[in-house]
Amino acid sequence: MSYFSSHFATLGHEFWGLLVGGIANGFIYAMVAIGYTMVYGVLRLINFAHSEVFMTGAFASFFLLKFLVGNSTPNAFESVVYLIAAVVIGGVVGALVALLLERVAYRPLRRRNAPKLAYLISAIGASYFLYNFVGKEFGRINLSIDAPYTNNTVFTIFGATVQTYYIVIFFVGVTMLVALDRLVATSKLGRGIRAVAQDAETASLMGVNIDRTIALTFMLGGFLGGVAGFLYSIPVGAVYGMGFTPALKAFSAAVLGGIGNLRGAVLGGLILGVVESLSVAFVSGAYIDVVAFGVLVLVLLVRPTGILGERLGRSA
Amino acid sequence: MLDVSSAVVRYGAIEALHGISFEVRQGEVVTLLGANGAGKSTTLRMLSGLHAPTSGTITFEGQDVTKVKAHMFSSMGISHVPEGRRIFPQMTVQENLEMGAFGRKDNYDDDMEKMFVLFPILKERRKQLGGNLSGGEQQMLAISRAMMSHPRLLLLDEPSMGLAPMIIDQIFHIIGEIRDAGTTVLVVEQNAAQALRLADRGYVMENGAIAFSDDAAKLLHDPRVRAVYLGESVD
Repeated sequence: MSYFSSHFATLGHEFWGLLVGGIANGFIYAMVAIGYTMVYGVLRLINFAHSEVFMTGAFASFFLLKFLVGNSTPNAFESVVYLIAAVVIGGVVGALVALLLERVAYRPLRRRNAPKLAYLISAIGASYFLYNFVGKEFGRINLSIDAPYTNNTVFTIFGATVQTYYIVIFFVGVTMLVALDRLVATSKLGRGIRAVAQDAETASLMGVNIDRTIALTFMLGGFLGGVAGFLYSIPVGAVYGMGFTPALKAFSAAVLGGIGNLRGAVLGGLILGVVESLSVAFVSGAYIDVVAFGVLVLVLLVRPTGILGERLGRSA
Repeated sequence: MLDVSSAVVRYGAIEALHGISFEVRQGEVVTLLGANGAGKSTTLRMLSGLHAPTSGTITFEGQDVTKVKAHMFSSMGISHVPEGRRIFPQMTVQENLEMGAFGRKDNYDDDMEKMFVLFPILKERRKQLGGNLSGGEQQMLAISRAMMSHPRLLLLDEPSMGLAPMIIDQIFHIIGEIRDAGTTVLVVEQNAAQALRLADRGYVMENGAIAFSDDAAKLLHDPRVRAVYLGESVD
């Protein structure tokens, strides 16, 4: 049997399971990618400290669940309530950390019309500070999340088992992404964000408070990023350096989908998650990142602006 | 209604306006004339908070607005149609009009209908993206968008720029109607003849200062204006 046919055989066996896992990871990447792409839309800058929003969201949920669940086994009702509480606290803390970053690391630079490079240095500094601060305060060890539910197999599809964890990710991910899409497309706040992304000065002539809109954009992206951090940490735990790799991949997903485009970020996240997951069967688990970034490079060679390469303003 | 007194605007080390003073009275159409770079657009940008003056004062309806931020002006009653129209290209015509009413909390459906009566073409195009309109349609949309906030003072920056003569006539006709409906207008124009025929008074700017001013009818026959801005030779 040749190399490829043997691997296709493996793929056939595991395909559905890997696909389910890939889509779940894809939703997490998508939720983080949204934060990069929205901030890019209004400020034309990459918030490289977004990885720490992801991490602090996970820690907030960790502490809440430790308090709520502890060693108990929640019943079905408690499971749902605790899960919602953990999602909300992860999101709220993520939003607050993002707001803090905007105020401390970026706004002073905007006031002084600093060059783009200064924002990058500021982001790296803020990122280092946040993750070392969390490492020092809460220990540089991996903290297991007290999951508010038992991870059973809910159903099987083509032989692939779908566990509770995946159901949680799909449900939370779809809810958040659809809500955000509608918010940006139809609400007054969303119109303000799109106006600033298309022409900030003219938006201010219409009565849009640019500073406030930028802060809200950071908070929306931060909310989704914090929730994503929590979802990511459920099976693997929370640790101070957990944000780096997934956030880098989410940033790549945002570029893959077309930076500045909301739906592009979602599409890029899902593609990256699925490709990465399937590469385990195609090549080997050891090459998972190589394949993911290889796809990114190939897509960008063909379409430098990304798959949906347009601006946030278009995402109506 | 609007009083500007010794206003200085700087861009970094360069002084763009050297202490200009002028006024706009309730119900007037006032025009600012001048060559490229004379400081007309800078004056309008200063009036809507995009460039705060470094010294001098601006008073609007008796209130000091010298340090008021740009996003506050539309709800205070000053609306600015910027140079080059600056339509939001990825928003529909209707969304652009909604942006004009951004500061309003009351229902503005009636006002949108009024704009559609004033410019029927906008009604036909209401679902189209602003970026796909022609220059004339974009100017109509820019004016309608500015009117959505019910301004008492409308600032217009080069409304005739890049438009065909027939469209320019139409735009100026509408500006007259806006004035007749009770909105005071300050218009910056390179098309001096057209602006002076509509205006009550005019100020002529040169090198960041106001060179002279008079009633529009007199400026229209002033040899200095005729020579420089109406392209006629002095006898």
